[in-house]
Amino acid sequence: MTDLMILLFVFAASFMVGYFLISRVPTLLHTPLMSMTNAISAVTILGAVLIFSAELGVYQKVLGMAAIIMATFNVVGGFVITDRMLKLFKTKPPLP
Amino acid sequence: MNTWPSLLIDLLIICLFLGGISLFYRPKEARTGNLMAACAILAAFVAVLLRNPFEEPALIVIAVVLGGGTGWMVARAVNMIQIPAMVAFQHGAGGIAAFLISFVELVRAASIPTPVVGDVSGFLGLILGAATFSGSMVAGGKLANLLNQKPVTLRGHSLWLLATVLVIVLVAVLTGLFKDPASVYLLVVLIALSIVLGIVFSIRIGGADMPILISFLNATAGLAAAFCGIIIQNRLLVACGATVAASGSILTHIMCKAINRSLGKVFVGIQHQGSQEPKDLFFEAPVSKEAQAEPVVPASPAKDGFGRALGAARDATKVIIIPGYGMALAQAQFKVVELAQALERMGKEVRFAIHPVAGRMPGHMNVLLAEADVDYEKLVEMDDINPEFKNVDLALVVGACDVVNPAAIDSEGTPLSGMPVLMAHEAKTVVVCNLDEKPGYSGVENPLYRMDKTVTLFGDARETVEKLLVAL
Repeated sequence: MTDLMILLFVFAASFMVGYFLISRVPTLLHTPLMSMTNAISAVTILGAVLIFSAELGVYQKVLGMAAIIMATFNVVGGFVITDRMLKLFKTKPPLP
Repeated sequence: MNTWPSLLIDLLIICLFLGGISLFYRPKEARTGNLMAACAILAAFVAVLLRNPFEEPALIVIAVVLGGGTGWMVARAVNMIQIPAMVAFQHGAGGIAAFLISFVELVRAASIPTPVVGDVSGFLGLILGAATFSGSMVAGGKLANLLNQKPVTLRGHSLWLLATVLVIVLVAVLTGLFKDPASVYLLVVLIALSIVLGIVFSIRIGGADMPILISFLNATAGLAAAFCGIIIQNRLLVACGATVAASGSILTHIMCKAINRSLGKVFVGIQHQGSQEPKDLFFEAPVSKEAQAEPVVPASPAKDGFGRALGAARDATKVIIIPGYGMALAQAQFKVVELAQALERMGKEVRFAIHPVAGRMPGHMNVLLAEADVDYEKLVEMDDINPEFKNVDLALVVGACDVVNPAAIDSEGTPLSGMPVLMAHEAKTVVVCNLDEKPGYSGVENPLYRMDKTVTLFGDARETVEKLLVAL
């Protein structure tokens, strides 16, 4: 139970810190920001591999694999596309 | 799991990823920030692998390679206009992962006594995950033009929505009360109901409100991940999920403010009064061949208008370009940027005014213009550029209508009243390159078109801009 209390605290603290940090991101970068946080929300990959740390039935194996595939798709795709977008943002010397 | 070294490592990982987010304040450093966040997730993944014994490691490797490979290939292939759809589908993938994990954990928990908070989190992770999945699929389908962008409203839509939510709560409570291995079936019912909920919820939201829906789904995906973290007792999942939820909430709030509607109104599907035919907010340029084939009847003598526009462009020293989503639909952004560069070579100052909802997701227009090679310092937010319009010689509107509608300021009682708009009407001359003079999504006539200083060039935005470019 105390563990759960700690987790609820972590939840509240992260929400507040996140709120503070993200409200200062300029609108210029909101699309890459959402794309990156989207990739971060795929930390569920940790939960997906943890399915494999206990005894496994067939259906758990199947669902666990599906969860890992979806989460890695999300995490890799999210970070790669964010990087592609951010590469586009550049300043140039004034035209001659 | 709760030894000091592991706590320390978790803290370091969280700091790494919060540091990554804080680098998003400046475009130059944002790439490093993204890399840092990616490293944080990788480190968290490795830490979990090292801390726990695993059965069937081969299956894990296969799944990681499959998912990661597909994600990498898709992310390399999409173009910048498809980004919103891609992000929506990824929210969906995250949702699937969240509800599958919650499902497996809830089934395991069914045979052992677990604290109530854990069970409740499991249910929330399951419901939110499944609803995020189906909602994102609908949103992605609409964004990718696979589904009709118009809002689909059932009879008694709000009642259906409410009924679905009530049944979900009921089933969840029942499943929680009667802990039994047989509750697996109830959980499957719960997943199915949540999927229905996601569909009923998002099908009613029209194309123009997509920036709000996609931000909201970002928040629910984060919440689902955080609840998953609570049931499996993993603080990294909780911390990351909560941060993402915060980010999604902020973006949802910003989008609602920019569109002048409350979140409730958007989701309950209250349409603007006066819009018989819900039309896309920036739907000024053609998407289909039929639309292009339609003869365009110019309101003012076109030749004269073109000459005036050309003259205004030649004489201007300060120019602000206002792009709307119509520009992206007409694929005109590259031509518009060429025009901007031509004007700059003639010694004029050119900047772009970006309305917060110009595009299909928050900040989308910035990405489109950055792709077309615009220096990001020339992309100016609404609040920063609005005071400058009165010193500007030429405001060039490309594929935007509602966001430059002065009726939002001077008239009361219209759906637009009070919505923040770009003050294009304060410029000395306004040139509008839109498909037609129909009102935008709000259905409110745009008095800007009728002003003496306004030159309207109706027709395909790309062709119009190209003609201007050649003539210059």
